[in-house]
Amino acid sequence: MTATSRPARNIWKNRRTIEAIAIVAIALFVAFAMPLLLSEFRLKLLGRFLSFAIVALGIDLIWGYTGMLSLGHGIFFALGGYALAMHANLQLPEGQMPEFFTLYGVDALPAFWKPFVSFPFTAIAIFTIPAIVAGFLGYLIFRNRIRGVYFSILTQAALIVFFNFFNGQQELINGTNGLKTDTEMMFGVLMSSPEAQMVFFRVSVLLLVVGYVLCRWLTSGRFGRLLVAIRDDESRVRFSGYDPTGFKVLVFAISGALAGIGGALYTAQSGIITPSAMEVATSIEMVIWVAVGGRATLVGAIVGTLIVSYARTFLSEEFPAVWLFFQGALFLLVVTSLPDGLVGLWRDTVWPWVQARLGLTPQVAFPGMTDPGVELEKQEIESNK
Amino acid sequence: MFSTIVWRTHRLLLSNVERPRRFAAIVALSPDIPLNPYSFVSKILEIENLTVSFDGFKALNNLTFSMEPGELRTIIGPNGAGKTTFLDIITGKVQPTEGTVKFKGKSLAKKSEHAIAQLGIGRKFQTPRVYLNLTPRENLELSCNRTKNVIGSLFRKQSSGERRTIAGLLETIGLVAKADIQAGLLSHGEKQWLEIGMLVAQSPDLLLVDEPVAGLTDEETFQTAELLNSLAQSHSIIVIEHDMEFVREIARQVTVLHQGSVLCEGDMDSVQSDPRVIEVYLGQSEDEAA
Repeated sequence: MTATSRPARNIWKNRRTIEAIAIVAIALFVAFAMPLLLSEFRLKLLGRFLSFAIVALGIDLIWGYTGMLSLGHGIFFALGGYALAMHANLQLPEGQMPEFFTLYGVDALPAFWKPFVSFPFTAIAIFTIPAIVAGFLGYLIFRNRIRGVYFSILTQAALIVFFNFFNGQQELINGTNGLKTDTEMMFGVLMSSPEAQMVFFRVSVLLLVVGYVLCRWLTSGRFGRLLVAIRDDESRVRFSGYDPTGFKVLVFAISGALAGIGGALYTAQSGIITPSAMEVATSIEMVIWVAVGGRATLVGAIVGTLIVSYARTFLSEEFPAVWLFFQGALFLLVVTSLPDGLVGLWRDTVWPWVQARLGLTPQVAFPGMTDPGVELEKQEIESNK
Repeated sequence: MFSTIVWRTHRLLLSNVERPRRFAAIVALSPDIPLNPYSFVSKILEIENLTVSFDGFKALNNLTFSMEPGELRTIIGPNGAGKTTFLDIITGKVQPTEGTVKFKGKSLAKKSEHAIAQLGIGRKFQTPRVYLNLTPRENLELSCNRTKNVIGSLFRKQSSGERRTIAGLLETIGLVAKADIQAGLLSHGEKQWLEIGMLVAQSPDLLLVDEPVAGLTDEETFQTAELLNSLAQSHSIIVIEHDMEFVREIARQVTVLHQGSVLCEGDMDSVQSDPRVIEVYLGQSEDEAA
């Protein structure tokens, strides 16, 4: 037993090291080589897609691993975006207010704006506020044992409530027009300047790595196995003595926090956040990223986001009218013939095929439970010969 | 090649001759259970005047039932007698309309499933319910884990004692070679045994076992009977079963449920000769006796 398990553990350790080296190498390459290879516009695009990938990690955590399809991640995305935008809009000389307030005749800064003057508060709020909203919403839903499609419908309903609220509140957050960040300053630097954008790009890379490591840690240990167990048979988990509610609330909150971080970085790199980030279609697109890449694989979430986002950019540049049709078709294709996404296709079909071509196919056979009755009969037959 | 040899040796060690020892092992492995630990409480399970109605239909009707610690009780009854509802009540899946359920002297009213499981009641389902995307080892780990809260699951490391218990259990249920493949790839019988292993890993005081031999071969049925008999040495067990042959194999005390109430109680022979039971089973028991 010990003889067989020891080399296995070493391989596992090595795998970890290899994975860590690969992540660092890719991150350094993207952070430092990509700015040399890509134009300023393309780099900004990549930065936005990387912040989408952070959101996708969160969706994969809750959907791929825990089996809860959230159609309301736009809420958390927008909350993170608005938090950053409010901070940017408040970097004004003493006594001044963001311009749009005067248009609606507001003469005193609403109380909830005030703390966003501080950068440390904003930095914490970007992931804490979405996490609290998600945790609270999740607690109400999970405590009442609402699951499956009803969970999805409730998250979508919450999304529409938030969308309408943000759209309607001109006096509080500039309603439909949203908050602009590209003309604002952060730390005395214009946010749309190339220097600031480079910082945002590198922060996106860094936080994507942090998000990946966090999700990897959450999903690889006992906690992660419990998430899979909850996904596969929640009531069995209860009978084993676990209360799934706490686990689900925590995962949903973390997932919301990741969406908030993604939203803030997206806002910084696109120059504006509007309530349209909370449109139903946007949240569904987030789910499509994960579905295309492959559920329950973290790499899949990132790869799926990048592929779908680049496809979207390419198609909208070349054939502006077809993107939505393509998106629909892509979703149908993935649902009907690629249930495990691109990573699943690679893992289950392409890679085994390549291995077979190269003659690397490992043959593994497991002995079945031997049936003592049959064994006894065999012996009898032998002895009768 | 090497692993095949290990496997062969292993099977050899666990061959027929050794089987009684194998089951003794599972008893020794379930940790922290001295024999009859609740001797100061006379009953491990006490159910009084229990009624459960679903929209007016009474699945259980004024049922009274009690059990001594260390007892192996078999519950039989025709379809629709309320056997599964009975387990649902004890495990907290269904709340009683009237009546009380006490476990080790404590009322189970309004307790949720996980709280009841933590008190020491384990349940095995009719169709094996194991986590198909996890390996047998991981399945056992989840049940064996003592700290079942969020923080513990995130930060606590598995103790070497737990690891040993799991390794021993894997050996007992004959899944050492398949310990690290997906449980979804196991055969039906292997899944049944894995679920029994999960139950033991949870180290409950009261085991509720719902039709453990449904869909098993004769040999597997026999092995399961032996397993339950050896578990009964240190646990209280309720078994629900249809298979009369199997019931005769394990039964000491039998309770017959009919239309949501206890029809009669006693040892296997007296129950089988009871005219009411024969009537309820419509001659089924005569067939069995033949």
